[in-house]
Amino acid sequence: MSAGLRADTTHIDVDAIVVGAGGAGLWAALELAREGIPTAVLTKLYPTRSHTGAAQGGVCAALGNVEEDHWEWHMFDTIKGGDYLADQDAAEVLAREAIPAVIELERMGLPFNRTPDGKIDQRRFGGHTRNFGEGPVRRSCYAADRTGHMILQTLYQQCIKAGVKFYDEYHVVDLVFEGGEADQGGRCSGVIGYKISDGTMHVLRAKAVLLATGGYGRAWRVTSNAHSLTGDGMALAWRHGVPLQDMEFYQFHPTGIVGIGILLSEAARGEGGYLLNNEGKRFMETYAPKLMELAPRDMISRAIYQEVRAGRGIGGKDFIHLDVRHLGRKVIEEKLPDITDFARVYQGVEPISEPVPVQPTAHYAMGGVPTNLETEVLADARGNVVPGLFAAGEVACVSVHGANRLGTNSLVDLLVFGKRAGIRMAQICKSTPQPGSVQGAERAVRDELLALSTRPSGVRPAEIRRELAALMMDNVGVYRDEALLGAAVKGIAKLKGEYANVRVEDTGSVFNTDLLEARELGYLLDTAEATAVSAYAREESRGAHSREDFPERDDAKFLAHTLVWQGAAGAPATKIDYKPVTITKFEPKPRVY
Amino acid sequence: MATATTVELKIQRFDPERDNEPHWQTLTVPVEPMDRVLDVLTRAKELFDGSITFRRSCAHGVCGSDALLINGRNRLACKLRVEQLGKTITVAPLPGLPIVKDLVVDMDGFFEKYRSVQPYLVASPVEGSGERLQSAEQRDRFDDTTKCILCAACTTSCPSFWAEPEYVGPAAIVNAHRFIFDSRDENAEARLDILSDEDGVWRCRTTFNCVEACPRGINITKAILEVSSAISTRE
Repeated sequence: MSAGLRADTTHIDVDAIVVGAGGAGLWAALELAREGIPTAVLTKLYPTRSHTGAAQGGVCAALGNVEEDHWEWHMFDTIKGGDYLADQDAAEVLAREAIPAVIELERMGLPFNRTPDGKIDQRRFGGHTRNFGEGPVRRSCYAADRTGHMILQTLYQQCIKAGVKFYDEYHVVDLVFEGGEADQGGRCSGVIGYKISDGTMHVLRAKAVLLATGGYGRAWRVTSNAHSLTGDGMALAWRHGVPLQDMEFYQFHPTGIVGIGILLSEAARGEGGYLLNNEGKRFMETYAPKLMELAPRDMISRAIYQEVRAGRGIGGKDFIHLDVRHLGRKVIEEKLPDITDFARVYQGVEPISEPVPVQPTAHYAMGGVPTNLETEVLADARGNVVPGLFAAGEVACVSVHGANRLGTNSLVDLLVFGKRAGIRMAQICKSTPQPGSVQGAERAVRDELLALSTRPSGVRPAEIRRELAALMMDNVGVYRDEALLGAAVKGIAKLKGEYANVRVEDTGSVFNTDLLEARELGYLLDTAEATAVSAYAREESRGAHSREDFPERDDAKFLAHTLVWQGAAGAPATKIDYKPVTITKFEPKPRVY
Repeated sequence: MATATTVELKIQRFDPERDNEPHWQTLTVPVEPMDRVLDVLTRAKELFDGSITFRRSCAHGVCGSDALLINGRNRLACKLRVEQLGKTITVAPLPGLPIVKDLVVDMDGFFEKYRSVQPYLVASPVEGSGERLQSAEQRDRFDDTTKCILCAACTTSCPSFWAEPEYVGPAAIVNAHRFIFDSRDENAEARLDILSDEDGVWRCRTTFNCVEACPRGINITKAILEVSSAISTRE
């Protein structure tokens, strides 16, 4: 009993492991339970604390409950919104399967808002249009502005009903491979769980492991993301030879609370809210005359930066106004209650009578662990699968979002591909023998954790985290260029060097958050590095990746997905490859709204 | 009010590997104008003592990780602005649950009670490919209790729970209510049976502590009374 760890190790055998208990992990667990597959769900939180619960505005599906709609329109919007980088077969799966997924959620008990005839109500959302771009369409199914909360609750409730086995507050600190790492043809055969309440290590062996750990917004200073979103699944896979895909595409949501980044949902604009500059003008007229405030997020975030640069930020500062006053008290309080509360609590602003100051906030990773349509993790650009390893939700890159995700499509993604993951894993579990036991699989990570808490002296992790977050905000934000990105790559390498000497103060083995936050900082450094290196290499502007030195989209050179591998033995990442985008129905066109 | 530059942060500490009893630690912590209690705790951990231990995640009041006893009341540390509290902030773990370390309590019993009320929809399969229909009025009937984030602020503020730890508690009843009054659910009787037990709704003494504690503004006492009234009407 010392230095954050206990000596004893527990070995657990199951068929399937799910890492993370947000929407994707929970739906996968539910499918596995339906098939009778012995499954362990590990989460470093309690399931109901997962960040799916923070999603506000809704989940799009072309139900056509309030006006004509078709999944082909949803597919097109997703592809155009992603600036033609989405794989079109994947976008088709997303748009088609959104419909039965939403219906199934209702049947599981999700309390959607209702139309006068008792069906699931739908509202407008950014970038979602009728008839291939003619104008906004009502596609987002919602439960007030806490749709994600209700999805998380409903799926957890159904998991309880199905008897799913949860390991709450177990932090997955490593993956286990046999027969070599992912880039050597190895197979994922389990995970190492660290029980937070007592510091014991647990080696779990399984035929199929799902990464459903979410994103890494905490790499940026101003973010909508929970403290727990530190890129765990992406970094662990990367360290075992899995490439990361399209990491340069990171979404800044246009309407975060100034300074702290808490999100004010796009639902505010879906219901008719305006964005105003210091002249009181709806400036989106200049940038997206057809969709105005319902243009995709990347375009609005850039427009806000342009307004601010031109001196038209509020009071000449770096934010603009979100104005919902004209919607009236009833709509604001009934349809936007949570975000109204956020503005009151965190800014002291009353949205019923005052415009709300907002600025872009780091929000969502379009990139992540590459997978095929069955959520199997890919080892390379040729589509070779990493046996035993799966990924779904924000941690994964299928790619359905391409270079920019549309609002609500994160929820659609985790429902559709979480479900697919469970189905595919169940098939694999039924046809695959249990992997061999790996003796001492926990030793490497045990040594790494011990090193963090037994160094006689060293840097505090918080200092490095602060520097990293500032660097990513300044250099790998909405607008980028070669100089900024080059400095970011160097700066991250320097911080990684300092991280090698980091030391935590808490040496206990009970609920040692000091130790785990230091571990998480390592994940953030890895994902930040993959992001900066990929962004540096992509000399074009597409979706959320805007290079001021290369302002145009360059389909001849860059209509392709980036893959980046971790460097050997702590060296910076230099190995990059590109793989073609799957185009089926829609030829790439200029993106105008 | 004028902006303070520092606050006195008084934290209840307990490390089961070192201490026999909880004790208090007082730190002078710099603060910014819009800081919340969670920011101050985080800064204290980063600047002064890395072993200060608390749960946190979303940091904007929707995940329920950081419910704490702050200046004598159960509240979410991430939703409470420092300027609302004056110069001294006293932070202790939620009362009535076993302390794991510092501000972290053992939540397993709390979630066990939540699961005991069968908090999931039970309904016959639906024909066809569409959704079940539900009117806006039927949907509104249980809207308030869908907001619960299971932070335990209500249950651990309840004198009946402190006196009788077997009491299922306000949070579990709120989640039972959410299904009992859902027009689609067919399992109300089973839940009412569970809650008519001696450790069920009858232990509520309508002190309204739960309503005051709820960071989601749920009218919990009303929900409990609706459930007990449903039990009485049935009998």
